[in-house]
Amino acid sequence: MRASNRTIGIALVSFIAGMVGLSFASVPLYRLFCAVTGYAGTPQIGQAAPPGATRQVITVRFNANTNPNLPWDFRPVQEEIRLPLGDERLAFYTARNEAGTPVTGIALYNVTPDTAGKYFHKTACFCFNQQTLAAGQQMQFPLSFWVDPEIAKDPNTADIHTITLSYTFFRTLEDAAKSGALAEAGPHVGPLTRQTP
Amino acid sequence: MSATTQDHAHDHHDHKPGFFVRWLCSTNHKDIGTLYLTFAIIGGVVGGILSEIMRAQLNVPGNTIVTSGQEWNTIVTSHGLLMIFFSVMPATFGGFGNWFVPLMIGAPDMAFPRLNNISFWLLPPAFLLIITGLFLGESGTGWTLYPPLANITYEPGIGMDCTLFALHLAGISSLLGAINFITTIFNMRAPGMTLHKMPLFVWGELITAFLLLLAIPVLAGAITMLICDRNFGTAFFDPAGGGDPVLFQHLFWFFGHPEVYIMIVPGFGIVSHVISTFSRKPIFGYLGMAYAMVAIGVIGFVVWAHHMFVSGIDVDTRAYFMAATMVIAVPTGIKIFSWIATMWGGSIELKTPMLFAIGFIFLFTVGGVTGIVLANAGIDQIVHNTYYVVAHFHYVLSLAAVFTIFAGFYYWIGKMSGHQYPEFWGKVHFWLTFIGANLTFFPQHFLGLSGMPRRYPDYPDAFTGWNFVSSLGAYLGGIALLVFFYVLYRTFTSKEHVADNYWGEGATTLEWTVSSPPPFHTYAELPRIR
Repeated sequence: MRASNRTIGIALVSFIAGMVGLSFASVPLYRLFCAVTGYAGTPQIGQAAPPGATRQVITVRFNANTNPNLPWDFRPVQEEIRLPLGDERLAFYTARNEAGTPVTGIALYNVTPDTAGKYFHKTACFCFNQQTLAAGQQMQFPLSFWVDPEIAKDPNTADIHTITLSYTFFRTLEDAAKSGALAEAGPHVGPLTRQTP
Repeated sequence: MSATTQDHAHDHHDHKPGFFVRWLCSTNHKDIGTLYLTFAIIGGVVGGILSEIMRAQLNVPGNTIVTSGQEWNTIVTSHGLLMIFFSVMPATFGGFGNWFVPLMIGAPDMAFPRLNNISFWLLPPAFLLIITGLFLGESGTGWTLYPPLANITYEPGIGMDCTLFALHLAGISSLLGAINFITTIFNMRAPGMTLHKMPLFVWGELITAFLLLLAIPVLAGAITMLICDRNFGTAFFDPAGGGDPVLFQHLFWFFGHPEVYIMIVPGFGIVSHVISTFSRKPIFGYLGMAYAMVAIGVIGFVVWAHHMFVSGIDVDTRAYFMAATMVIAVPTGIKIFSWIATMWGGSIELKTPMLFAIGFIFLFTVGGVTGIVLANAGIDQIVHNTYYVVAHFHYVLSLAAVFTIFAGFYYWIGKMSGHQYPEFWGKVHFWLTFIGANLTFFPQHFLGLSGMPRRYPDYPDAFTGWNFVSSLGAYLGGIALLVFFYVLYRTFTSKEHVADNYWGEGATTLEWTVSSPPPFHTYAELPRIR
């Protein structure tokens, strides 16, 4: 084998290894990208202090979804809150475990419109941790948030007067595996049936 | 040099090993090319049988040839993967690439002959794994393999894992091939052949090799994560464990979009040679043609999310991907118009390869135009996942890419085998394929625009008419394939031997300076390029 062939060959193999590495690095990078830019309505998480109330007011609406695999009744306590930009507020969700056994869930979240993500700050949230409810237990989940006054200055977001905060509660994988409650296959599996009109 | 020593040298060149060593342990680029082409025909026939089954099922509403939705989805998956990885890629990249890249650049063989052998022999086991997934009926995800459908919950069988591992093997095979082509083209060109004097087919193969090098490792990463999600309890793509199924779509299409150029760019090269040969003119705008391919390859990497317009990405992102996608029309237009300009004022001879090349230009333009329609995010949200999309990508791939393969086949079969194909039957093959393919896929535009979704084994009665026409076209295409086999039979049983350069003055590249078929070892003395 010619030495120059070997050099190019080795360079190309390392390039391939680099691309494989990058594709795995994309998992944390994608998460980081969303967290930093608020992409796809990802709220800002952290202890940044709110700058204090301004005169402008915004409406935050609360939405709750429950994955069918999680036997909980999960809903917001208040439908919406009107708050001044830059002021921190507390809101509550409530959940009741309707199963006869303890169940652990975790909530995923985003805000709509997507562009509001980078101005919506959460300082504390039940969604930062897994939550376990005993059989039949009901619990109130608090969250604390504020909206950056910059939202009114950014031309992409200046027309936003309502932000919807949405949660989807999932059963954690460990809990689902432990209780044998992993989801069943959908109706696409099975013989083809044609509805006669 | 005396006549006797020359004879002796020639004899030495043509010394071939026995059958087993020659075909199973082959390190000769021409033999490996032949293996690839044979394999591509087998893959294409199996994939083609699957499409005939699908069109038969959709011939009339309420058909029960395919007995379940899962069975249907499995057939769709295997058809797509077989046609992409086991038919088009082995033909354009492995087959013609191996045969003609070394011949065209005046190299005695590929840079890593043993690696070349491994490249090929990874494909048959991959093929068997795909077939296993098909017969187990357990890989009903479509070729896009999206989770959550590809998760263990919804595709619980081992057939899905077989399909994923098949992609791993096929991917490694392509990567080894890509390394080989890049090294060969960079290091082993004949003295005097600069990159800017390289034939356009070699340019096409070089660009394809780079696309593979960038794209395939990302697919490998994505399907490794999918295999881990399925079997080892990770949650890369499962929101319940903190993952994101949309990430898979990003990774998949970062591979998937360049993949469509991987299938068509070598074909651009083939068509350029065919059109130049049969117009008896050098290609119009050689450098523009070469760099248009480079541009298509580069832009192809920054447009992937136009496959994901309905995945919930925001409007600014859609606007970017829409604009970037439309930019691809510019280098593509350069190519189309340069081919037409090459024919302009040329002394055109409508032999079978030229017919396929002109057919390619027509079909690729139709598919390209519907591609621009689909690039509009607003329109795409309406026709996403309908038969309009099916018609679009079959026009550019199943028709245009396959037409370049046939153009290459008819152009070079005399060079490869030493026997010329029967011209009449070649033309019959062309016209049957052309009419059959258009009859199959053109009506699918209408079906898609009226809302018929993809990936269902049945449809409402309102769609009966055009589905019937489409199925008739598919049967005609099947008959055309039989004519192709008759052409193959006639070619290989022909007693006539062709000259070194049987196309005459239009064919100017180096492969026409060696005998037909070329000796087992070519270019013991390197040719010099002026």
